[in-house]
Amino acid sequence: METLDTTAMTGRPAKLIIDGVSKRFISSRAVVQALDNVSLTIADGEFVCLVGPSGCGKSTLLDIIAGLTKPDSGHVLADGKTVEGPGRERLVMFQESALFPWLDAFGNVMFGLKLRPDLTNAQRKEIAHHFLSLVGLSKFEHAQVHELSGGMKQRVALARALAPDPQVLLMDEPFGALDAMTRDQLYDDIQQIWMESRKTIVFVTHNVREAVCLGDRVVLMSPSPGRIQQIFDIPLPRPRDINSPELAGYSSKIAATLKGTLTEAFSE
Amino acid sequence: MKRLASALLFFALLIALWELAVRTGRWSVVLLPSPIFVGEYIWGAMLDGTLEEATWVTLKRLLVGYAAGVLIGLPLGLLTSTSQIFEDTLGSLALGFQTLPSVCWVPLALVWFGQTEGAMLFVVIMGTVWSVIIATDHGARNIPPIYARAARTMGSEGFHKWTRVILPASLPFLVSGMKQGWAFAWRSLMAAEIYVTILTGFGLGHLLHYGRELNAMDQVIGIMIVIVAIGLLVDRLLFSPWERFLHRRWGTNVRGT
Repeated sequence: METLDTTAMTGRPAKLIIDGVSKRFISSRAVVQALDNVSLTIADGEFVCLVGPSGCGKSTLLDIIAGLTKPDSGHVLADGKTVEGPGRERLVMFQESALFPWLDAFGNVMFGLKLRPDLTNAQRKEIAHHFLSLVGLSKFEHAQVHELSGGMKQRVALARALAPDPQVLLMDEPFGALDAMTRDQLYDDIQQIWMESRKTIVFVTHNVREAVCLGDRVVLMSPSPGRIQQIFDIPLPRPRDINSPELAGYSSKIAATLKGTLTEAFSE
Repeated sequence: MKRLASALLFFALLIALWELAVRTGRWSVVLLPSPIFVGEYIWGAMLDGTLEEATWVTLKRLLVGYAAGVLIGLPLGLLTSTSQIFEDTLGSLALGFQTLPSVCWVPLALVWFGQTEGAMLFVVIMGTVWSVIIATDHGARNIPPIYARAARTMGSEGFHKWTRVILPASLPFLVSGMKQGWAFAWRSLMAAEIYVTILTGFGLGHLLHYGRELNAMDQVIGIMIVIVAIGLLVDRLLFSPWERFLHRRWGTNVRGT
């Protein structure tokens, strides 16, 4: 496979350029420097995982890439254009289920498709059927959201995010609330889908193993202020098994670095 | 079936206790009439048509006033939920007036509208509208923000967002707001009918009032039972199916299935 060596930016054009992004949150009690001058370039078709302890600003960074939050300074370029707001070329898959309970599984996948005026209704339905079968839920198209298990809900959410054919898929701890077995299955699925579709994926997690399993690169962030601490290349062949020993080697290295930062942060 | 049977048994037991209390002879039958007399009154009033007429007059006022209250209250509640200025102004006004018992509107209504249907409607609308505003506002605020965020990333903005996301997402809250509005409308109307006598129609409240004037306790208690029964019936026919549907869709606590 030509994708074996996916070390950073091997001649591929940049899809996302995060340039000097800072963000502060001011509450009545404290000022939190969520992000402090963060810069990162993500190549087209790259799978990048942002990992770090809570408060390191990884979800804030994802929101800024999505255009849901505005940075105080710095900017994000997507395909060379400054991100001014949310757009369907950068879709987000959220942590908790953000599926709409008033629509069934099919209706949820159709929601984003209906906002694409360039498609006919027949095309939209065909695309929705396709993506629901891609995530293995053909039989559950007309299930109500609450009838689906946690894993199935996130599969529908994945289909909903993929269906409008975004350039970039932003995933905010999408498997955080699932049990381990369901998660393992989804790691296989998401890798399969990524290898076939070649989307650029930015994946936020606090689970180091998960990050190593999925990412071409793992970006380790440190808290207060939120900064990029170190970037690790993961040149393992795909599909990767989260339980493989090679993978464990990488994740223990990253976990050790992370632990070092935390000790430092608390001793201050 | 089992639930119906237990409910019936409960009410039968209640009536039996009541009859027993009457038979002990400790209370005057003028103060505590036997359930048999109350039943006879209701039956008689149904036969000669007074009960149906009064019920019809009352329900007509209730429906018109309630519909107006909801139509005014829903949009205002959505407005206060989205705008800081409206929340601080209209929102506080609604909160203040909601704490005012609706019977307090009666004197004002009498002076402004006289003994007319207008006074009745005014009291019902004033009783309904504030609680609908507050319930709607509360509901729209409680929509999980993640729905709006998800919709935004998919390109849903403005009118589309309001009609396809905010409105359906707040449906469960809107229904409980409307239900609360109904309860308030019902209370206000009864207060108004007891205090205001108008010649364009005698409602259930009037029958209750005249029952007291005539010292006819069988009439007073009979009308009270009718009022309770109508309240229950409306809840079962109008709101329960809605709530069941929403609970089924949302997968929230499934009541009464």
